[in-house]
Amino acid sequence: MIEAIALAHGWEMQHDESVVVIGQDVGANGGVFRATAGLQARFGADRVQDTPLAEATIAGMSVGMSAHGLKPVAEIQFMGFLYPALDQIVNHMSRLRNRTRGRMSCPVVIRTPHGGGIHAPEHHSESTETMLCHVPGIRVVCPSSPARAYGLLLAAIRDPDPVMFLEPVRLYRAVRQEVADDGRALPLDRCYILREGSDVTLVTWGAMTLETMSAAAELEAEGVSAEVIDLATLSPIDSATLLESVAKTGRLVIVHEAARNVGVGAEIAAIVAEHGLYDLQAPVQRVTGYDTVVPLFRLEHDYIPSVRRIVDAVRRTLAG
Amino acid sequence: MTIAAEFKIDYRQTLDPAGRLVAPLPDFARDAAEVVKMYAAMTCARAFDAKAVNLQRTGQLGTYAPCLGHEATHIGIGAAMRPEDVLAPVYREVGTQMWRGVTLLEMLTYWGGDERGNDFAGPRHDFPWCIPIATQTLHAAGAAMAFKVRREPRCALAYIGDGGTSEGAFYEAINLAGARALPVVFAIVNNGWAISVPVAAQTAAATLAQKAVAAGIPGVQVDGNDLFAVREVVSQALETARRGGGPCVIEALTYRLSDHTTADDARRYRANAEVERAWAHEPMIRVREYLRREGAWSDAKEQALLEDCARQVDDAVAQYLRCTKPPADAMFDHLFAQLPAHLREQRDAARRYASPPGGHSNWQK
Repeated sequence: MIEAIALAHGWEMQHDESVVVIGQDVGANGGVFRATAGLQARFGADRVQDTPLAEATIAGMSVGMSAHGLKPVAEIQFMGFLYPALDQIVNHMSRLRNRTRGRMSCPVVIRTPHGGGIHAPEHHSESTETMLCHVPGIRVVCPSSPARAYGLLLAAIRDPDPVMFLEPVRLYRAVRQEVADDGRALPLDRCYILREGSDVTLVTWGAMTLETMSAAAELEAEGVSAEVIDLATLSPIDSATLLESVAKTGRLVIVHEAARNVGVGAEIAAIVAEHGLYDLQAPVQRVTGYDTVVPLFRLEHDYIPSVRRIVDAVRRTLAG
Repeated sequence: MTIAAEFKIDYRQTLDPAGRLVAPLPDFARDAAEVVKMYAAMTCARAFDAKAVNLQRTGQLGTYAPCLGHEATHIGIGAAMRPEDVLAPVYREVGTQMWRGVTLLEMLTYWGGDERGNDFAGPRHDFPWCIPIATQTLHAAGAAMAFKVRREPRCALAYIGDGGTSEGAFYEAINLAGARALPVVFAIVNNGWAISVPVAAQTAAATLAQKAVAAGIPGVQVDGNDLFAVREVVSQALETARRGGGPCVIEALTYRLSDHTTADDARRYRANAEVERAWAHEPMIRVREYLRREGAWSDAKEQALLEDCARQVDDAVAQYLRCTKPPADAMFDHLFAQLPAHLREQRDAARRYASPPGGHSNWQK
C-alpha cells in the first residue's frame, strides 16, 4: 500500500503544480514509511519540503499555504503525534471557509499512520479517528487496500476542503496488489461493499477489514452469509449504503480497532437506530478495541479485535 | 572561555512623547499630507473604538477588544505594508484593518456576532480576525511559504501580543520563518498586559524582541507609541523580507489604556497611577504636536477631523444596526465547498426551527 500512496503523490504533483508535500523527513528520506520516496528528487525541495520537527507548524503552515494558492499534502509521522496539530485543525483548517463566508479555504490533506499491529513503540499505535470525526468542516478518510489508498488519496488531494487521511500501518506492507497508476480517483463520502451477503452486515474500515474478511470466510463455512462494508470515509458517513445493507440482512456488527467509548461505531449504531430500527432482527453488536490505553506491543494483538471476537459477535446476533 | 554567541537588541524612536524629533525624519514624513492622512486614520480608529465600546455597553455589540493606545502601532504597520501583502491580525488591530480597506461596517458586523464581517470586500487575501492566541503566526509563515514557492514578491505580517509570545505556536512560527528565510514579519504589540498578567510575569526575558535570537533572525524594539518609528522599522523589515533577506521580529512597546475587552475590568489587577502615567505617552499627542510645529495642523483642522470621524462612525453604526441577522441555514453555507448529504437534513431542520428574522434591536432576546 505504501507504494500506492507514493504513486498517488507523484501523479498529482505531476498534474497539479500547486500540490506541495510537507512533513518531517518527507524529503531526502522519503518519509519514515517511504510514502514520499523519490518525490523530492523528482519535484525539487520547494515542492517536497522537510519541515521543522513541530506538528503545529505543519498544520498551521498548511492553513497559510492553502489559503494562498497551494495544496499542501502534509504528513504527520504517527497519529499519536497529531495532537499538537489539533489546535490548528479544529480552530482554523476546519473552519476558515465558514469563518470567511467562502472567501478563503483550506484544501489540505493531512496524512497520518493509523492503528497498531506492527510492534511499534509506545504512542505509535493509536487510532483516535473519533476525535477528528467530531469536528465539523473536515473529512476523515481511511483506506483499506492499495487500490483504495491510491484512488482515495487522489480524491482527497483534489477535494476543495481539508481531509484527514488515516493510513493503517498494518496495511502499508502486508497487503500487495497491482495498482494502475492512471490518476483515477475514487469517490469520497461513500462506503465500499467488500463482500456481499444476506444474513449479517459487518461494517469496518482500515486494517480491520483483514480480520473482518477472515471472519466472514469462517462464517461462510458455517453457512452464514456475511456482507462486509468498508466505511472508507469515516466522516461524513454514507448512511444510505449502511441502511440498505441492514434492511437486507437485519443484523449489524460493527468492528473497529479504536476504543469503544464514543467511537465511530457508536455513531453507526445510532444511525441505524434512528433510521433502520425496524429492520433489525437482533441487537447491534460492536467489536472494538478496549477502553484502555493501547498496550505496548506484547499485548497489542490482544487489544486489536480478533477474528474469534468478530465471529462470536456475529453468532450472538444470529442467536437472537 | 570563548563566547559562542552574543546579541544586542536595538530600540528605535523617532518622535519623543512631546512630538520632538530625536532621530532623522523618515522620508515618508517629509510629505506633511501623508502624516496628516495617518493622523486622521489614528483619530478615526480611536473614534470607532469609543463607539464600539459604547455599543457593547448598551447591548448592541458583542464582546469587543478595544485598541485605545495602540493607534500608532496599528496605523504605522498598516502604512508600511503594501496592499498585496497579507495581514494575519489578532483581534485588536482596528487601525491596520481600516487602513487596509476593511470597512467599519465589516468590523461591527464581526464583533456583532456575524461571520459576514470576515468576508472583507477590500483586502480579500488577508486572514480574518484570529482569537486562538498565536495561531495566526503560523498562518502568516505558511502564506509567506506560498509566496516563496510561487516566487511572488509579497510579504506576510503577523501580529501577536506580549502574552502570545509565550505560546508554542509563536516559537514554531519564528523558527520556521528563520529556518526557511520566509518573507514574513512578526509584530509583537507589547502593551504591558495579557489580560491581568504583566509582561514580567510572562517571561524572564528582558525584551520580547530577543526571542528572535533563538530563531536566528533579527529582533528589534520600537517605541510603539511613535508613528514614525513604527512605520519606518516595519517598512525596512518588509523590504528586507521582500528582497529575500528573511524574516524579522519587531516588538512595539505601547500600553493598553483600556480594559482587555469589554468583559474585563482592569481595575481589579492594575493601579490607576500606572494607567495615568501611560496617558502622558499615548500616541496621538506627539503626532499632533509634531504637525502643529510643522505648521500643518490647527484647532480648526482638529475640530473638522473629529467631526468627520464621528460622521463616518455614525454612518457605519446606522448601517450596522439596520442589518438583519443571517438566515439560520447560513451556518451550513460555507462549511464545505459542497454540502455533504447528511447535512442537508440538518440544514432543513435549522430552516424549520429558525428564530424570527430581526435586527440588532432584539439583541440578547
